[in-house]
Amino acid sequence: MVSQLIGKYYRTGSLPHIWCPGCGNGIILRAIVKAIDNLGLNQDDVCVVSGIGCSSRASGYLDFNTVHTTHGRALAFATGIKFANPDLHVIVITGDGDSAAIGGNHLIHTARRNIDITTIVFNNNIYGMTGGQYSPTTPTGEKGTTAPYGNIDANFDLCELAKAAGATYVSRSTIYGANMIINQVEEGIKNKGFSFIETISICPTYYGRKNKKGNAVDMINQLKEMSINKTAYDKLSKEKRNGKIVVGELHKSQRTEYTEEYEKIIQSF
Amino acid sequence: MKYSEFRLSGSGGQGLILAGIILAEAALQNGKNVVQSQSYGPEARGGASKAEVIISDDLIYYPKIENCDVLLALTQKAYDKYIDSLKPGGLLILDNMITRKANRNDVDVYSMPILSTAADKLNKMMVANIVALGCICELSNIVDKKYVEKAVMNRVPHGTEELNKKALIEGFKLVKDKKREMYYEVC
Amino acid sequence: MGEETFKLMQGNEACVEGAITAGLNFFAGYPITPSTEIAELSAAKLPRVGGKFIQMEGEIASISAIIGASLTGKKAMTATSGPGFSLKQEGIGYAVMAEVPCVIVNVQRGGPSTGLPTSPAQGDIMQTRWGTHGEHSIIVLYPSTVREIFDTTIKAFNLAEKYRTPVILLMDEVIGHMREKVEMPNREKIAIYNRKKPSSSLEKYLPYKVSEGDMVPKMANFGEGYRYHTTGLVHDETGFPTNNGKIAEELINRLVHKIENNLDDIVDYEEYKLQDAEEVIISYGSTARSAKSAIDVLRKEGRKIGLFKPITIWPTAKNQIEDLSKRTSRISVIEMNMGQYFLEIERIAGKYSKVDKYGRSNGELITPKEIVSFIKEG
Repeated sequence: MVSQLIGKYYRTGSLPHIWCPGCGNGIILRAIVKAIDNLGLNQDDVCVVSGIGCSSRASGYLDFNTVHTTHGRALAFATGIKFANPDLHVIVITGDGDSAAIGGNHLIHTARRNIDITTIVFNNNIYGMTGGQYSPTTPTGEKGTTAPYGNIDANFDLCELAKAAGATYVSRSTIYGANMIINQVEEGIKNKGFSFIETISICPTYYGRKNKKGNAVDMINQLKEMSINKTAYDKLSKEKRNGKIVVGELHKSQRTEYTEEYEKIIQSF
Repeated sequence: MKYSEFRLSGSGGQGLILAGIILAEAALQNGKNVVQSQSYGPEARGGASKAEVIISDDLIYYPKIENCDVLLALTQKAYDKYIDSLKPGGLLILDNMITRKANRNDVDVYSMPILSTAADKLNKMMVANIVALGCICELSNIVDKKYVEKAVMNRVPHGTEELNKKALIEGFKLVKDKKREMYYEVC
Repeated sequence: MGEETFKLMQGNEACVEGAITAGLNFFAGYPITPSTEIAELSAAKLPRVGGKFIQMEGEIASISAIIGASLTGKKAMTATSGPGFSLKQEGIGYAVMAEVPCVIVNVQRGGPSTGLPTSPAQGDIMQTRWGTHGEHSIIVLYPSTVREIFDTTIKAFNLAEKYRTPVILLMDEVIGHMREKVEMPNREKIAIYNRKKPSSSLEKYLPYKVSEGDMVPKMANFGEGYRYHTTGLVHDETGFPTNNGKIAEELINRLVHKIENNLDDIVDYEEYKLQDAEEVIISYGSTARSAKSAIDVLRKEGRKIGLFKPITIWPTAKNQIEDLSKRTSRISVIEMNMGQYFLEIERIAGKYSKVDKYGRSNGELITPKEIVSFIKEG
């Protein structure tokens, strides 16, 4: 029997999903739905936009207005949707490759505009759908099918990027802490402006296997061990900070929101 | 009509495209068919720029000009480039700073202080285009002056109407003075 | 009154006027010569009529944004030129596949690559047809006068809404930038077509199901209670992705045939002095204007020649062109490229008539004089 949450918010006819056993995406997806349920949003007023990649298949499983767009463009489509109809709650589901590589430019400009969109990045540190190539968040030195000798790229800190570009709510969580994800998505939706939530997921099939991280349970345990909140992290010595995942709310600020500013122009005539 | 194809040439930023638009709009209000087109380089300022206006009682299909009836040249470079495109019997209006001249005995030549009138008399180099437009209209008689004045008012930036009106009148006057001067020369 | 009905209007301006008349209320764009005036005028005019303008971070972002806006029910447009049009192919393909109405204006300039930014060309004819990957059909319109730009922009919106497809409005630097005398029509008398909305209940709504005898599914707007899924993947009637080959075949067939089977409705053209013509020029956009001037000259010399000017470039006016080829001995395709549309005309008319081409790619409009001598060389 499906849970009430699944029954209400999932398009059960489109299940089972395509994700591998052990994949972290399902945890994040359920957390998003739980947050929406907690906030009591009307399903007709919610629009979920995704790009291309494993995580971006999520939109199809959800019973909202949903758009599965082209690679990297979820935020550009979402900007069109939100700007055209500000009454919609627009939520973007994207991955590390989708949002930070091919869609990186859209990410910084959507943040810059501070348009009221909540973005959740399912960061699994790899291109899963195409079979395990290294992404902008694959840690330096780790392996992917296109980094057989180890990745020499520096990896992005997506939260720092979003903050610097002007996002007004920035937070990070991992799939180890589902409640934290739920809370962050709620906060993100409540924030009138661009909200950026990075959730660290796991890809046991590719990233885990390539880098000898063990099975899904091992990987989740690793996330647990690596996670630390910001206050505790700030107290650590530089050496001890290495390899930590700083979780929690990382940034919050107030700034004019794009669609409201434009509405003022319309109203001025 | 004696003149129907106008080429206004100079450098980018001199406002020749705007002058062409105003000429075209005035002729339109005067009941003519008009086409205005332009060609320009990548520079917003400097470089070669030209505006073309065709004024006709008939329908106008081909929107460009090969050989023109009236040529305005505000720079030496534009003069050199387009002087050969002026039809025999055509009207040549050039700024008097242009000194190297081709041997065109087959056209009417009016060399006038267009740029210096704008710079010195009106204290605004920006309005040289409207001074030039005044010269073109006064010499070609292509369109009733009241329509030119109206088109200038309609198309120039807000707040510059009076200055541009003055510039237009200075343009008319340059021609009248020049004609008087030429009359005395003949006498 | 008389003075007011006639206006001196630029081609790009007429495009915006036509679009707003058709119901444009969302524009997303990126500056590029020679189309920039369309964005500038949209930015100035749209908020005054309750519409919205946004300058996006790029060309792909722009087309993505208009597709998103169209999903919420807006009439959306973007405008660009060659380099930007190349980038927009991704979005055009998505709009074809997901059946999202929108209008993409391409004011052509010299190419390839950044080419000749301020000079006219007609080198994108084949790109408009086959620019985005995969099997598909597309509607491309190409006006040649400022008034026709106004009318054709309205038609572009109407067709986009009617057939749930992106429509490409082709222009070129000459007609985009030139100004001419335009008589504005009475806007109240202009027919505007709006997308058909579903009437069934949410439970029964299948976003990509077509009713009997129709080829275009009804379209709900996001936020109106019809929650549905849209994707660029091959999908079934529910909108969900599928790998089923039979469904894929049916979908692609329908996407192509909803356009190709409605030529009578979509195809638009102008005939000039064709009644008694023994030979024909086929030309479009600004080049058609040169052709008309050339035909007037040739007619004065006693040559029975006329012009067939396609306004709908794709799908081709194949029935009309085939008829022409049967009653004339020579068809000359004149275009500012090295013979792109010529390939299509020769395919259709080559059986019955001699098909010649004249074109060049130096960034200058072909002159009537050139056309006259080309025709005479025969």
